[in-house]
Amino acid sequence: MAHVVGTSARRKEGPEKLSGHARYVDDYRIPGCLHGVTVRAPIARGRILGIARDPAFDWDGVVIATAEDIPGPNVVTLIEPDQPLLAAGEVRHAQEPVALVAHADRSRAYQAAAHLKVEYESLQPVIDPAQSEQVFKSFLIERGDVVAGLAAGDLVVEGTYTVPHQEHAYIENNAAAAWFEADGTLVVLASMQCPYYVHKALKPLFDLPAHKVRIVQAVTGGGFGGKEEYPNMIAGHAALLAKKAGRPVKIVYDRHEDMLATTKRHPARIRHRTAVKRDGTLVAQDVDVLMDGGAYLTLSPVVLSRGTLHATGPYDCPNVRIRSRVVATHTPPNGAFRGFGAPQTLFAAELHMERIAEAIGADPVALRRKNLVREGSTLAVGQVLRESVGALQALDECAKRSGFRDKRREYARWNWRKDQPTWKGIGLAVVHHGSGFTGSGETHLASRAAVALTREGAIVVLAASTEFGQGTNTMFSQVTADTLGLPYDWITVETPDTSKVPDSGPTVASRTCMVVGRLVRQAALDLKAALVAEHGRVPHTRAHLREAALTLCGDAAERRFEREYEKPSGMAWDDATYRGDAYEAYSYAAVAVDLEIDKATWEVTVHRVTSVQDIGTTVNPLLAEGQVIGGTAQALGYALLESPVYKDGVMLNAQLTNYVIPTSLDTPEMDVAFVPAPYSNGPFGAKGVGELPMDGPPPAVAAAVHDATGLWITDLPILPERLARAERERKAPRNRK
Amino acid sequence: MKRLSLRVNGTLQRYDGPPFTRLIDVLREDWGLTGTKEGCGEGECGACTVLLDGKPVNSCLIPVCHAAGRKVQTVEALGTPGKLAALQEAFLTEGGAQCGICTPGMLMTAWAYVKKGGSDDPGAIRRELAGNLCRCTGYQHIVNSVASAVRKQRRSRAAKRR
Repeated sequence: MAHVVGTSARRKEGPEKLSGHARYVDDYRIPGCLHGVTVRAPIARGRILGIARDPAFDWDGVVIATAEDIPGPNVVTLIEPDQPLLAAGEVRHAQEPVALVAHADRSRAYQAAAHLKVEYESLQPVIDPAQSEQVFKSFLIERGDVVAGLAAGDLVVEGTYTVPHQEHAYIENNAAAAWFEADGTLVVLASMQCPYYVHKALKPLFDLPAHKVRIVQAVTGGGFGGKEEYPNMIAGHAALLAKKAGRPVKIVYDRHEDMLATTKRHPARIRHRTAVKRDGTLVAQDVDVLMDGGAYLTLSPVVLSRGTLHATGPYDCPNVRIRSRVVATHTPPNGAFRGFGAPQTLFAAELHMERIAEAIGADPVALRRKNLVREGSTLAVGQVLRESVGALQALDECAKRSGFRDKRREYARWNWRKDQPTWKGIGLAVVHHGSGFTGSGETHLASRAAVALTREGAIVVLAASTEFGQGTNTMFSQVTADTLGLPYDWITVETPDTSKVPDSGPTVASRTCMVVGRLVRQAALDLKAALVAEHGRVPHTRAHLREAALTLCGDAAERRFEREYEKPSGMAWDDATYRGDAYEAYSYAAVAVDLEIDKATWEVTVHRVTSVQDIGTTVNPLLAEGQVIGGTAQALGYALLESPVYKDGVMLNAQLTNYVIPTSLDTPEMDVAFVPAPYSNGPFGAKGVGELPMDGPPPAVAAAVHDATGLWITDLPILPERLARAERERKAPRNRK
Repeated sequence: MKRLSLRVNGTLQRYDGPPFTRLIDVLREDWGLTGTKEGCGEGECGACTVLLDGKPVNSCLIPVCHAAGRKVQTVEALGTPGKLAALQEAFLTEGGAQCGICTPGMLMTAWAYVKKGGSDDPGAIRRELAGNLCRCTGYQHIVNSVASAVRKQRRSRAAKRR
């Protein structure tokens, strides 16, 4: 049997998506379904004085729901019980949901929402995180003695870096449909990443036992973290309206509402003080991180955790102190977004390395080579990297493929000539990204996944891990096929539906392949063992497999082999001290960005990105490359284009017209390569890939901009106006008092 | 209200609702052609792209009366899951679809481009696709898909001439 792991097996659900047959939430025609619309607060902070129906409006056929209609506690369960499903009494951010309306006619529902009059008393909001007095979570991580270390270097390099909100801009907006079956079971069909998160949130809201709540994933048009926790909210809204109406209700956000109201990447300010020796040896890293969590805690503590754990960059430094905190502001809650805190802190860490290189006159590649982690290195949390560390190989391959050193010399000659219309630059960055949940997170999740053999001889993967473009279905099928030694086409993947699949944890954190893929492989090994025990071998024809299925299943419709997460031996983490093995394994990437800047308009054109990564074994090269190129494009948008504008806690450019994401013309050609350092506990040696590509490009862009212009742009996005302003200030520094 | 007729994917369709209803709503809600997707409702993302007399247009910006008497083609005019058209095959082989929501619109723009004999030059393809946003792929695999479809069509046309 030819192996399918390591080949670009065709996307499992590809034909349905390519023919328009794949059904997203809004494509379902549900009999008797009403359209739900959300009434949202226009103010950032205040009190709700009353909700009244406009007597001039015809309310016939309109269903209204407020907080009083919620059967259980008015709380969207996540980490802390602080966020209400509908604001009651108090408004803590603009666009907070206050009431819901539904009508059979969509435009009538929107009209009704506009005629529901909510009276508010405004209060002074806190918008600037630096002014916030409410800390959601803070961390302190120390290694060695940072005070002594800062005094022991030849020089100390300081820098402050800021990153803004970022919108996920999945092309399918958030959407959910809900109804109650005759037996009282609540069914939700939604665009989402994490069916069991929604399941956990809706049980208490509707005061229902687990078996009376069924959550089904519809085909999902992109997530990027934006459909990690937010679906709890919209699903709760649809379900509440459905309960009140006694009919199915569908809520589909339009683009404007989705951008105004749903989560964004956490903005952050990061300060670095680094002591370094003249020879480039890092002596001490002192990092301070401030993140803006928005109005409710949601996932902020874990976003901060990952940001904190990645804040030094992938370097082995003997003296480290990282202080971090995420605070409350009266703005819409920030949430999960590909990279989950790490792109923020790695932008600062890697651009800071460039400034260190400049300060000591070192070559940026050599400086990194000297300090990069390798097997045997120790991280700030005390984790010793025992295996699968491909950072150096990625850096060397990236420098070679991009022609980094030659380009630096060539561009220096180009930029020296004053008559050229442009500046050119090349910059690079090296990043790491931990696969799976942090610390003991995977142990707490206790994820399960299964492989079943049905009476009909079908092999079905049962997992709650969702497909939203990354290739979950394909990867699971490849892993299962090779484990059993059977053809890829024989494997099917069950739709994530909480009434059918076990809880495999959320589809986040670059964990689906490494963590859930491993469970699927273990379950497939159990099936294989059962087939071998029964028949001496795994049957290699459909007919023989059907025969074997009849004996293995006995009287049941299927024989299911399920596995639960077990912590790899030797892994240790202490939640109290926040020390130990922060992640089972890390993936690594080195990224070089080659760009040109117009001297007249300051427009930045990226010509080429070279991205080399160690993600362990590459299960599906085409899909992995798709993750890298897609993530890099999103990161280039973050670095150069995506500029959310806020006033009084409200996003002003909540449209794709003026919140600009990269088009095919803004995205350069990319050269993607893999230098696998397989991980012994990953399925076939695989680690995570989903988030890693988001981390490296922004600092590489900023490094290239400096190479081109000599300007350090430490705040994202690097817009032409920001560049022009930096140049003006370089020429005529403002008088600062 | 005056009854309108359109030729949709080769079939004559009649419509007698409000004439300024968006074409996308009539396609999806009246005729059940849900392959066409709405991403922004303001002509920015191109997810709702259909062909109007062979040319790609945003169906969220076109009132149905504007399409009266004309030829409309949607993703449903290409192949089915069991029998994909060559362009869809190319997207499957080259990784041109990830989450799939921009895909029908992307396919419509690409289809018009391939039919009119566009070149396989990546730069030319990127210019053609610039009105269709994709947040998953970073476009490169879409560009490769279209280039591959162009080359395949060229080969088959050359073979026919022989």
